[in-house]
Amino acid sequence: MKRWMLKAAWMACALWGLTAAQALTMDEARRMAVGESDARVEAISKAVAQGGEKTAVYLQALADDVVKMAGDQVIVVRDGQGIDPVTGQSVSVPPDAEDVMLNNRLRGEIDTALAALKLFNPDLKVRRQAALALLKEPDASRAPLLEKALAAEKDPMVQSLVRQARAAARLTSEASNDRLLAAHELSDSKQPETLLLLNQQLSQEQDPAVQKQIQSALAKVQDSLRWGERLGAMFTGLSLGSILLLVALGLAITYGLMGVINMAHGELMMIGAYATYVVQALFREHLPGVFDAYLFVAMPVAFLTAALVGAVMERAVLQHLYGRPLETLLATWGISLVLMQSVRSLFGAQNVGVENPSWMSGSLQLLPNLQLPWNRVLIIVFALAVLFGVALLIGKTRLGLFVRGVTQNRPMASCMGVNTARIDTYAFALGSGIAGLAGCALSQVGNVGPDLGQSYIVDAFMVVVLGGVGQLAGTVYAALGLGLVNKLLEGWTGAVLAKIAVLVFIIIFIQKRPQGIFAMKGRSAEA
Amino acid sequence: MKKLELPTPAPLMGRQAWSVFLLALIVVGLLAPVFNLWVPESSVFHLSDYAIALIGKIMCYAICALAMDLIWGYTGILSLGHGLFFALGGYVMGMYLMRQIGQDGNYKSDLPDFMVFLDWKELPWHWMLSGSFVATLALVVLVPGVIAFVFGYFAFRSRIKGVYFSIITQALTYAAMLLFFRNETGLGGNNGFTDFKRILDLPIATPGMRMTLFVITGLTLLGFYLFSRWLVGSKYGRVLMAIRDAETRVMFSGYSPLPYKLSIWVISAVMCGIAGALYVPQVGIINPGEMSAANSIEIAVWAAVGGRGTLIGPIVGAFLVNGAKSWLTVSAPEFWLYFLGALFIGVTLYLPNGVIGLLRSRQGLFRKPQVWLKYFRHSREGGNPDTGSPVKPGTTSDGLPGITASQSSTERQGGAA
Repeated sequence: MKRWMLKAAWMACALWGLTAAQALTMDEARRMAVGESDARVEAISKAVAQGGEKTAVYLQALADDVVKMAGDQVIVVRDGQGIDPVTGQSVSVPPDAEDVMLNNRLRGEIDTALAALKLFNPDLKVRRQAALALLKEPDASRAPLLEKALAAEKDPMVQSLVRQARAAARLTSEASNDRLLAAHELSDSKQPETLLLLNQQLSQEQDPAVQKQIQSALAKVQDSLRWGERLGAMFTGLSLGSILLLVALGLAITYGLMGVINMAHGELMMIGAYATYVVQALFREHLPGVFDAYLFVAMPVAFLTAALVGAVMERAVLQHLYGRPLETLLATWGISLVLMQSVRSLFGAQNVGVENPSWMSGSLQLLPNLQLPWNRVLIIVFALAVLFGVALLIGKTRLGLFVRGVTQNRPMASCMGVNTARIDTYAFALGSGIAGLAGCALSQVGNVGPDLGQSYIVDAFMVVVLGGVGQLAGTVYAALGLGLVNKLLEGWTGAVLAKIAVLVFIIIFIQKRPQGIFAMKGRSAEA
Repeated sequence: MKKLELPTPAPLMGRQAWSVFLLALIVVGLLAPVFNLWVPESSVFHLSDYAIALIGKIMCYAICALAMDLIWGYTGILSLGHGLFFALGGYVMGMYLMRQIGQDGNYKSDLPDFMVFLDWKELPWHWMLSGSFVATLALVVLVPGVIAFVFGYFAFRSRIKGVYFSIITQALTYAAMLLFFRNETGLGGNNGFTDFKRILDLPIATPGMRMTLFVITGLTLLGFYLFSRWLVGSKYGRVLMAIRDAETRVMFSGYSPLPYKLSIWVISAVMCGIAGALYVPQVGIINPGEMSAANSIEIAVWAAVGGRGTLIGPIVGAFLVNGAKSWLTVSAPEFWLYFLGALFIGVTLYLPNGVIGLLRSRQGLFRKPQVWLKYFRHSREGGNPDTGSPVKPGTTSDGLPGITASQSSTERQGGAA
């Protein structure tokens, strides 16, 4: 309560300050830097109310821990260069200058103060973010500042955000009329933060009229948020589905078309991810200027590395095991152990960091509560592109024709002059290469470590089994379906139970349709 | 019309086999306790506690390998879910051992420590029978048995086989592992059960108790061996092998494979459960890690290394692989996975009948080196020179004609197919 009074008192000063916008003085700078925490908070609030570019720069310096005190003199030291925060002139730093200390409370104050000051930034994006930040942490003392910002604001979107921030600040006001108005204003909000604020206030609200207003506002906000939530869940489901699709596409070729149970598929993905890591490290070392483009080199490298390892696997081990699927399962499991241990010996057991190119970070804002991270969006696009490529390769090229021929009738294909052994190697290398591409994609969204493949292998087999063997379409439907169902279930059961539910569902589904969604038609009694 | 003469059933074991069996019985039941408990530690003949603990553990694994052999080596169904049954048996025993701790836990409560930690006030329903030893023994058989029965009934009824079955069992085990990792399941979450104090109100960590458990495990292993021997030698066992070699043909001959597959599947699961129950008091810990996919596949490799389709093979395999494991993980830990991986590849490529198959090669292995070469050449071509191969050569999993193996290696099946 005492703090509120204090802040209210400062509001008066601030209003006065608005009319006579002063620049930062050395005295103010000092009061923000040293003394009792309370006094410093006061000084910061006062300075913010006055606004001004220099105050913002100075506060940023405080937040960055680069402010020193030499006697009464406040100096900002950046890159070993002392700068006077008031005049902006460079000054020499005396050797006995002491660091300015900040506690957590002051840090929080400075952060919101900086956000408030950013409301006047010429950049539209910065202003929007500042308004959002203030909406998240409403503070009655900022109300006059918001008022001022509102008057200056031209952009309608930021205007409405600032208005909401102002309403949020007023929601905790003493006067019930203010609160009523604030609740009314907030009902137009489409920000998820508003829900939290309204709920908080509702739990401590005494006035029945305001209570009613808050409730109706809550209902309205929830209504407008619902679509965003639904779409958000759909998107995460699609994103998971696209990853599963990438992982399962390679398996669909090696298992579906060739009947090889490749337990090392996950490790081929891991190899793709590590190839990406190596390319990234090389770019950082030797070509830092075009670092953002490393992904375009990493993709073919990942594909070729994994395809090469796959081809060696096929030549050395698997070609002796065709027709014995259970044996391929054990042998490829052995290969996976060897690959994992090799990577551990080469790169260490720890996860390695793969940095995203800058154009992949950030996100696409569709609705106030619907942000689609760029890397996820791009992976969906990438998965579709790979799918398209594989479909073309299998359906339209000579190699694809041979692969289909060998799959359908090996002796006949052989009689027609197809070198079946070579086709096996090519097809296996292709499946492995796609695993490498999947690994390259995964390195952009998750950890890269020797165990990377293990976490996806069960899911990938589920996709192939559910989709039906020997069909790409089945794989696509199964991957997207599993991804969506998994994420939608997660909404109300939690991640682990959703996963268990999906696994149980697949086990039951296989009872009904042992051949998967799309079964190959045939007359064999073995099936 | 001549009366049809039925072949007289072969005796359970030959004379030589019986003497080896009796020798094993004497070693486990008499020599091991004497050399461990009564021979002084300074003596060369002393069997260390470490060795007893290790061999006791491996004997549990050997039971698993035997169970895996019945379902895989004799019936041709590769299960990647035996780790689940092993862990279920272990968990049932673990629950009993947790209750036996009584009030000696860290929190001095009647409830197991992890429940106090989760602020639970009473035992959940599935702990009801865990106080009684007799009920625990029954549950060790029933829990894996019933789960295997239900799962197997649906799987075999809809004729899921081959690789599909393997993958589905793996999914089942994976789902169970996720479930057991949850604290809400009431089974200790990540940490599982440990810190056991007593069994049947007797302290669990004494040399006498360790030896008792060791002897019981050894006798169980030998008992299961005799049982399996009887099983595979009977008509029932012949049908199992027929299912392995040509299931469709068995069906066309008027047999329904379902009861055969289901019963051997349940027997195998129960054996694994019992192995788990014997394992937990000896090792002193059980956690959901036992259900990881790697463990189930390792069981398969024990059977494969020793020799599928023989009964002594899996036991030998379990001892060889685990012996190597306990030696390598200490002396060269980074080398162990390479070794295991190479073992998987080498055994499937060159030793489809495992070590035992190699030793049994009739023409005298050590006298004629060319037998080795012949053996390798045969095994690489997908056939199986001695016993019937688990997989019919010449066809792929989906029944379409695949790469046809050369005629020489498939003479035996060639006549039948």
